[in-house]
Amino acid sequence: MLVEAGHFALALALGLSLIQFVVPLWGARANDPVLMAVAPSSALAVLGCVTVAFLALTMAYVTSDFSVLNVVENSHSTKPLIYKISGVWGNHEGSMLLWVLILCLFGGVVALARNSIPARLQANTLAVQAAITVAFLLFILMTSNPFRRLVPGAPEGQDLNPLLQDPGLAIHPPLLYIGYVGFSVSFAFACAALIDGRIDAVWARIVRPWTLAAWCFLTLGIAMGSYWAYYELGWGGWWFWDPVENASLMPWLAGTALLHSTVVMEKRDALKVWTILLAILTFSLSLLGTFLVRSGVLTSVHSFAVDPARGTFILGILIVFIGGSLALFAWRAPMLQQGGLFAPISREGALVVNNLFLASACATVFIGTLYPLALEVLTGDKISVGAPFFNATFLPLILPLLLLLPFGQTLAWKRGNFLGTAQRLYAAFGLSLLVALVILAYTHGGPVGAPFGIGLGVFLILGSLNEIVTRSWTRGKPLSIAWAKARGLPRSTWGTVIAHAGVGLVVLGISFTAWDVETLGTLKTGDRLGAGPYEMRLERIVPRQADNYREDAALFRVFRSGREVGTVESMKRLYVTRGMPTTEAGILTSGLSQVYVSLGEMQPDGSLGVRLYYKPLVLLIWLGAVVMALGGALSLTDRRLRIAAPARAKTGPVAPVPAE
Amino acid sequence: MTRKIRTRKTRRLTIIAVAGCVLAVALGLVLYAMNDTIVFFNSPADVQAKNVAPGTRFRLGGLVKEGSVRRSDNQQVDFEVMDAQSSIRVHYQGLLPDLFREGQGVVTEGRLDSSGVFRADTVLAKHDENYMPREVADALKRQGHWQGEAKASEPTQQN
Repeated sequence: MLVEAGHFALALALGLSLIQFVVPLWGARANDPVLMAVAPSSALAVLGCVTVAFLALTMAYVTSDFSVLNVVENSHSTKPLIYKISGVWGNHEGSMLLWVLILCLFGGVVALARNSIPARLQANTLAVQAAITVAFLLFILMTSNPFRRLVPGAPEGQDLNPLLQDPGLAIHPPLLYIGYVGFSVSFAFACAALIDGRIDAVWARIVRPWTLAAWCFLTLGIAMGSYWAYYELGWGGWWFWDPVENASLMPWLAGTALLHSTVVMEKRDALKVWTILLAILTFSLSLLGTFLVRSGVLTSVHSFAVDPARGTFILGILIVFIGGSLALFAWRAPMLQQGGLFAPISREGALVVNNLFLASACATVFIGTLYPLALEVLTGDKISVGAPFFNATFLPLILPLLLLLPFGQTLAWKRGNFLGTAQRLYAAFGLSLLVALVILAYTHGGPVGAPFGIGLGVFLILGSLNEIVTRSWTRGKPLSIAWAKARGLPRSTWGTVIAHAGVGLVVLGISFTAWDVETLGTLKTGDRLGAGPYEMRLERIVPRQADNYREDAALFRVFRSGREVGTVESMKRLYVTRGMPTTEAGILTSGLSQVYVSLGEMQPDGSLGVRLYYKPLVLLIWLGAVVMALGGALSLTDRRLRIAAPARAKTGPVAPVPAE
Repeated sequence: MTRKIRTRKTRRLTIIAVAGCVLAVALGLVLYAMNDTIVFFNSPADVQAKNVAPGTRFRLGGLVKEGSVRRSDNQQVDFEVMDAQSSIRVHYQGLLPDLFREGQGVVTEGRLDSSGVFRADTVLAKHDENYMPREVADALKRQGHWQGEAKASEPTQQN
């Protein structure tokens, strides 16, 4: 019954979102405040309906209702509760429902923010949001109904793919989706501005928090996915340039560019048309990611189903929205008022360079991801584009950007002075270079690039912190004053500094992977295997039985310079229902470094194949991403972004200037 | 006024020039990398038909031939990858993925040596019991030997 109610709520949501799409658009055109006011209330009603549908499906999972096909295919009564719940989005139909729920959630928040958004902009924005909702609700109802009944019901479910039964993967999709779908708000605002033909700094101020929030979640979602792949797939890599990963990286790169260009627009009323285009592209890349992952054109753990009808439908959505918004852009953008001018050597000039590099890097990822698909369609040749391609294209574009980052951050708005900026950074730069050279000398004969990578990481961190120092500390004044001044700096400044320092941490983490040690061995009980400063001894192998799997657990004692520092367990599991084996890596964390054990097969002579990794400071990679997201979140709490009235902008040592 | 227009123009030109440079560099890098880093997928029949030269890196996919897997010391393993028409011997050292089995689909990456043995450094197998690597599925479909459905792949890398 509840399941039918959920299905009905979803259909009702479709009807309501059609109203939310048509009426406000008409209202804005006819300048009728009553019709425009339909937008927020219908958005909230749609949110209510979709929430009911989602809860109904969740209940079906929690109570293991095996008369629902979706539950039968992806759940099992012995599965722990958390995986019953995460099973809701661990499959194609449910994850699309989650996608729409988050879309409506954003619509609802936009609807509630009526005091801070002009009514006309809000009405148009919600109408565009509703158009997306309509498309995806149609998709769910027509091709991927999660509420389909199975008659007669099954006695037991088929269980969730064991690789997805993991706490990391329980929260990875919601985080990632909030990121993806959050960019729909920037997209909707951009389309609304185009429809209305008006865009100004107030628009940028309204849009920026949404972009920033989406970006924070996407950052966390990508980091979570990467950490999951690292510990769950059992071979110690953290980024594989897999098309599915690229599908999330592309909107992230475009979103990062958007984040920075809206700053320019907000402060200097420039780069308007470009910002609008970026907002459209960012969400288009999110849609493209959804298409790549959901349509089955790629093979990966994420593509749950291969159904050509779905692929075609999503491709249709993709063409309508990307094509439609770009056509709207081509038609209306020339009518927008042109933005102001600025000097090349200035903060805004630096942000243009940032956008340029990010967009180019994004383009290379785009080509690397889609070229194999295009080639296969055109010539039938199958190729794989992997890490070597991206190392040769993405890195040369992203490294100069990172090197320039502290300079750009230090430059003043409007008219910067390159020499002055360089002077303010020479200490940070010199110190970083020194670090790189010392490490290079110390690890003589080792990797050459990595010490410079570390230098770059250190430069990013010091260069960012430098902004706080130069803005609060004056020679000869006591530190207490400097501290008070530093605390008084706007939170958005601190946010920028922390986010950029987070980038530095990621760079450090990646550089340290050059010193990873990997050893392979076949061990009998009591045998030892070493990697880096660590050594481990296979103690015993114990068979165990859990509710929905059985496993052989290998117990290791870990030694560092002869002293025992702990034990780790690595498992070979067999999930009974699906008959699917998995390997659970054993990980010992010491500070930011990890020792990582993964099991292979039992050899004919009874010894066990073991892979052991020593990964120095590897946690910095994900920690850095978390720090980046924290910086973004801190920036979100800035007073300036919370007050409704367009107040005068104030950042940087230079006094704010009215827009040209 | 003229001055103002000129600066607007020069500044716009500066931006366009810089953008052009970066994009040209990006394009150059992509073209260069396309030549160098891309790996083709071949089934054993393709390898024979195309006469792939030893030393060229490519992906070899097919079914692991029943009864062909031989393990020796130091986690070395030899097996044959076959399709309907022919088969190729593969040598690999390292841990095999969880779902590597005789009679199942597999994709390996590496190079042919001069004696015609494929020296793989990567073995990709499935994520899921229903899985067949898509390339393998397509190759088998072409040869009319197909049953089942394609699903996910799990990369496993060895050095």
